[in-house]
Amino acid sequence: MTTSPRAATADHADAHLARWLLLPALGVIAAVVGFPLCWMVWESLHLHDLRMPWLGRPFIGLANYRDAMVDPRFRTALTHTVLFVIVSVTLELVGGLVLALAMRQATRGRAALRVLILLPWAIPTAASALVWRFLFDSQAGLVNEVLVTAHLLHAPQVWLVDPVLAWIPIVAADVWKTTPFVALLLLAGLQNIDQSLYDAARIDGARPWRELVEITLPLLKPAIVVALAFRALDAFRVFDLIYVLTGGGPGTATESVSLYTFSALLQKLRFGYASALSVIVFAATFGLGLIYIRVSGGHLLSVER
Amino acid sequence: MRWRPLSVLRMLFVFLFVFPVYWTIASSFAPEASLFEVPPIVPTQLTLNHYRALFDQRQFWLPMRNSLVVSTAATLLAIVAGTLAAYALTRLKFRGRSLLLAGVLAVSMLPQVSLVPPLYLALRATHLIDTYTGLVLPYLSFALPLSIWLLVGYFRQLPPELEDAALIDGASRVQSLWHIILPLAWPGIATAAILTFLYCWNEFIFALSFTLGPERQTAPVAIALFRGRYQVPWGQILAAAVVTTLPIVAVVVAFERRIVEGLTAGAMKG
Repeated sequence: MTTSPRAATADHADAHLARWLLLPALGVIAAVVGFPLCWMVWESLHLHDLRMPWLGRPFIGLANYRDAMVDPRFRTALTHTVLFVIVSVTLELVGGLVLALAMRQATRGRAALRVLILLPWAIPTAASALVWRFLFDSQAGLVNEVLVTAHLLHAPQVWLVDPVLAWIPIVAADVWKTTPFVALLLLAGLQNIDQSLYDAARIDGARPWRELVEITLPLLKPAIVVALAFRALDAFRVFDLIYVLTGGGPGTATESVSLYTFSALLQKLRFGYASALSVIVFAATFGLGLIYIRVSGGHLLSVER
Repeated sequence: MRWRPLSVLRMLFVFLFVFPVYWTIASSFAPEASLFEVPPIVPTQLTLNHYRALFDQRQFWLPMRNSLVVSTAATLLAIVAGTLAAYALTRLKFRGRSLLLAGVLAVSMLPQVSLVPPLYLALRATHLIDTYTGLVLPYLSFALPLSIWLLVGYFRQLPPELEDAALIDGASRVQSLWHIILPLAWPGIATAAILTFLYCWNEFIFALSFTLGPERQTAPVAIALFRGRYQVPWGQILAAAVVTTLPIVAVVVAFERRIVEGLTAGAMKG
């Protein structure tokens, strides 16, 4: 590449200007993300318990991490979180695909349909978690009412005190909230598929099912991967939904890693240990993110258009 | 139509997704006693009691005001800083662009709970716990990467020729940013602002961790912490859920097309 002296000066000026334009954003990110992250790593190497200030803040190396590895409550929370990710994201992808296919066929009332399906996504999670707690409430809940009336249950079920059944409202609320979001991502993918492929398949007499398996799904794969990664990352970090719906209970039966980290922090005030947990959660999320970037072919990061 | 079953399916889906919303609204207007009876689908009696109690006794306008102040401030700051950064990242040549973009993406993947311990200590040390500043700054940790990400996606779609022409005519970069890019990009900037606002409005864990009482609590935290004296005050909780969601509904209805574009562009455009 040959650059004239003039272009080189322009490039130099560009780089200079870029520094100034990036300064506010990078300064803020460094202050509210970079610095806290470094502090967190440093903190995780110390014993820092606000309940026992007389212990000071001695350096203890990796002891917090060793504790976390053998902490049964942390391991259980990790299992809960992974299971929650698998179950809810699977349901959301399948539901979202069906919804996206159904929406593609819609000719009338598309805008209204979009508003309706955007609503569950846009409602604050704390509010929707309460709504689902109300629906599954033992006395006032609609779910019990419907199930008893339909003779699917003999007596009203007390959902939120059962360690396994308490997961049902959580998963239901998450699926309700995010399936529309997945559907929108997939719908955008569907609209990029060349219609002539379907026309050709129809001339060849393909059945709708084969169209789905042989045209739609393979061509939709990039959109599915993106939706999967977005949702998996989000579901792994689940906090408000569970905090408001069950508070992690009964006991710790529905506790996620975010919830456990939070309780180690603000209820037990074990800052060093909570920081170690945070580092682990961060590393896990980051790993998932890297896999995602790898799978999506890194195109998200290319600067060229 | 060959795909007849799909329209039935569509109706079913709409019903499943909309019914909880309807049920919440209907129940928030129902007298407390009738919440625990066999619920009729169409309420027979309507009352404004829950809404009155919400604002008179619980002073729910306080958390609403806090949410509005904090979300607006965080969104404005994020959009201003984000627009400058996104312009530099898409239009200017310098080394390390891809790396910076990767950094922004990595930051947006951060689990919020990870930032709570160090931010808590930092805010405590600077006496910013339970202040608006003490919420706006943490909010920027997700609002800023989000808006940069959305704006980069949008700026990339603008044809570079327009700006090139202005530069050849002797305009400076700053002039072209102000006179050419911003007027062209405002729909994208508006979209990014709407989405950033929605994320700020829905934020929970920072507002829960860094506030101490109703004076600075945001609406989502306030409803989550509702307690009744003898039993769960469902009527008021549902009314609060409706009130908290109303501004969001207004935004969604007004900008539905933009939100969908913004959401899908952020994820789709490479």
